[in-house]
Amino acid sequence: MSVEFLYPEFEVIRNDNRCIACRVCERQCANVVHSYDSDNGIMLSDETKCVNCQRCVSLCPTRALKIVKSDCTLRENANWKDATIKEIYKQANSGGVLLSSMGNPNPLPVYWDKILINASQVTNPPIDPLREPMETKVFLGKKPEMISRDENGKIKCDISPQLELSMPIMFSAMSYGSISYNAHESLARAATELGILYNTGEGGLHEDFYCYGENTIVQVASGRFGVYKDYLEAGAAVEIKMGQGAKPGIGGHLPGTKIVGDVSRTRMIPEGSDAISPAPHHDIYSIEDLRQLVLSLKEATEYKKPVIVKVAAVHNIAAIASGIARSGADIIAIDGFRGGTGAAPTRIRDNVGIPIELALASVDQRLRDEGIRNNVSLVVGGSIRSASDVVKAIALGADACYVATAAVLALGCHLCRTCQSGKCNWGIATQRPELVKRLNPDIGSKRLVNLMTAWRHEIKELMGGMGINSIESLRGNRLMLRGIGLNEKELQILGISHAGE
Amino acid sequence: MLIDVTYLDYLDHKGLNDKLRESSEDCTIIGCCGQRFIAAGMSDKNITIDGVPGNALGAYLNGASITVNANAQDAVGDTMNEGRIIIHGNIGDAAGYAMRGGKIFVKGNAGYRAGIHMKQYKDKIPVMVIGGTAGSFLGEYQAGGVIVILGLDSDEKRIVGNFPCTGMHGGKMFLRGKCSDINFPKQVTAREASAKDMSEIRAYVEEFCEYFKTNIDDIMNSPFTIVTPDSSNPFKQMYVAN
Repeated sequence: MSVEFLYPEFEVIRNDNRCIACRVCERQCANVVHSYDSDNGIMLSDETKCVNCQRCVSLCPTRALKIVKSDCTLRENANWKDATIKEIYKQANSGGVLLSSMGNPNPLPVYWDKILINASQVTNPPIDPLREPMETKVFLGKKPEMISRDENGKIKCDISPQLELSMPIMFSAMSYGSISYNAHESLARAATELGILYNTGEGGLHEDFYCYGENTIVQVASGRFGVYKDYLEAGAAVEIKMGQGAKPGIGGHLPGTKIVGDVSRTRMIPEGSDAISPAPHHDIYSIEDLRQLVLSLKEATEYKKPVIVKVAAVHNIAAIASGIARSGADIIAIDGFRGGTGAAPTRIRDNVGIPIELALASVDQRLRDEGIRNNVSLVVGGSIRSASDVVKAIALGADACYVATAAVLALGCHLCRTCQSGKCNWGIATQRPELVKRLNPDIGSKRLVNLMTAWRHEIKELMGGMGINSIESLRGNRLMLRGIGLNEKELQILGISHAGE
Repeated sequence: MLIDVTYLDYLDHKGLNDKLRESSEDCTIIGCCGQRFIAAGMSDKNITIDGVPGNALGAYLNGASITVNANAQDAVGDTMNEGRIIIHGNIGDAAGYAMRGGKIFVKGNAGYRAGIHMKQYKDKIPVMVIGGTAGSFLGEYQAGGVIVILGLDSDEKRIVGNFPCTGMHGGKMFLRGKCSDINFPKQVTAREASAKDMSEIRAYVEEFCEYFKTNIDDIMNSPFTIVTPDSSNPFKQMYVAN
């Protein structure tokens, strides 16, 4: 073995007593780990190619397979961890920037897990969502400062355009190109059935999905792929992507190898050409410039659609959000540093940005302090993992949450974190037709509806427990939260008391 | 239809666009002074503007034709998809940002970042012809389309500023002159345009000369430099899977 050799991260354990050499694993693995030795009638495996996506494990009819972490390790070193050393080898071998997928996997604090939710006891009794009506509907958009009346005393209802959601959750941006046609169809159909919205991401909107427009957010990023009049008018809202939690401060780059067929057509760029979204919008250098883009989109859509500005959670997020709230945008979406991605430089993903919990709390507080909280709705993502994360986010001040990783998990993702390879065995992060067809949109959309329906029940139960029957009464209600094991500064930023206080 | 905006608040771009949308015929805007987003997303009109329109003139333009009898400001033809914009003067920064189709003709000079991220798709080939000079960062990230800089009346000065073609990975740029004084990045090739190359832009230059009453032979008889990218995948080798 040469110095370039890296011992495989995973081992494929095949139980020979159970294996019937049916070759399902071989057919299912786009990474070509499994092969059949016809001379000896046995299955072989090449662990160097395994990404631990669990596809073969899930489909092996005799449960003969398991993938385990290799116990072949370098000498233990708390400073020079195994992964750190191997990253050095990879870079020494290639001279390349390390590229990873999905959210930051490192053991950094997850504040959701250090926040506890209140419940009513004795006084202000809990509400049983099975017998009482519970309201989870939310409206996103700029809200009027006060009620105004016309000369007949009737309330004026001509407020800014609003998005109506049956529950405070939307599927966040994943572009067609980074994920498959069938994944997009699953998201679009589920959003429509649920009465929520999904987001096209920056790769344009496939012509087949214009029919889901009322439940679609169309995105405009620095590359402006697929952006034209019909696209802007197709959606219920337009989102300007300034940044993304997984890779704040850098742009997107879909390699030419993925710009094929429909992806090329939807992005409106030639096949094989790289789709480069530069880090900045080259016409935005100030809040005034941002305002110009917001207003130009409103002009083009005749002020019928709310405009969302999406930014990554970074150090000065409160000041940034304050600027955005004055830019004419209707909704601010903030993406925390654990947000997922189809590809991001490892160093950026793992080291840039701040947790969404802290960003949300400081933005909500800042906008309240400045008296401009009603100018905008706040949507947070990166990462919202469960109904309790949603409830905590609402209580910290969010109007709604964006979920994407949870959604792709529902579609079959096993978080192997190799989306960038384009060989997703679950048919999600790939454009290879034989892989895409593994994701059945009938089943995919059903699973998304199941997940969100379950979360909605859980949200109602958590709300009911607090004696709250409307999501509106929960928003910014930080008295419903307590911290556990957090220091004074963390509690101060989150604006919550410690458990027991 | 004549639309007089002399007394219209320059911030009332909605009012102005509403008037354009309501009109079923060609429109002439007079007294224009800084109104932004004129004709955003419009597809079916001929619009003439007397006075100076504000930023983002013809953003997302989808087929309409705009003639400005003066200068225009920043972001002319932002993300334009189809149509034509003719400027009888100079334009500001970031003209034709990410334009995918249509044509922009400018009699005078362009500011910084003209034609940035210009793209093309199938029969949609955007064209930008600048009669004078262009500022720095011309055609940055250019992914398609044709940018022509004529440098007329440039008084021997460089006809484009610093850092043209950075990140260029598609399309073509034609610069009048030998351009030996211009520094191009490594990932593009700049060479003297052949007669065949020139035949590609002849129709565009003819159109320019028609609008601005210029003699085409004087322009086409000069040497031109053509700039093209070496690869449509400039970052291919940059990454290693982790």
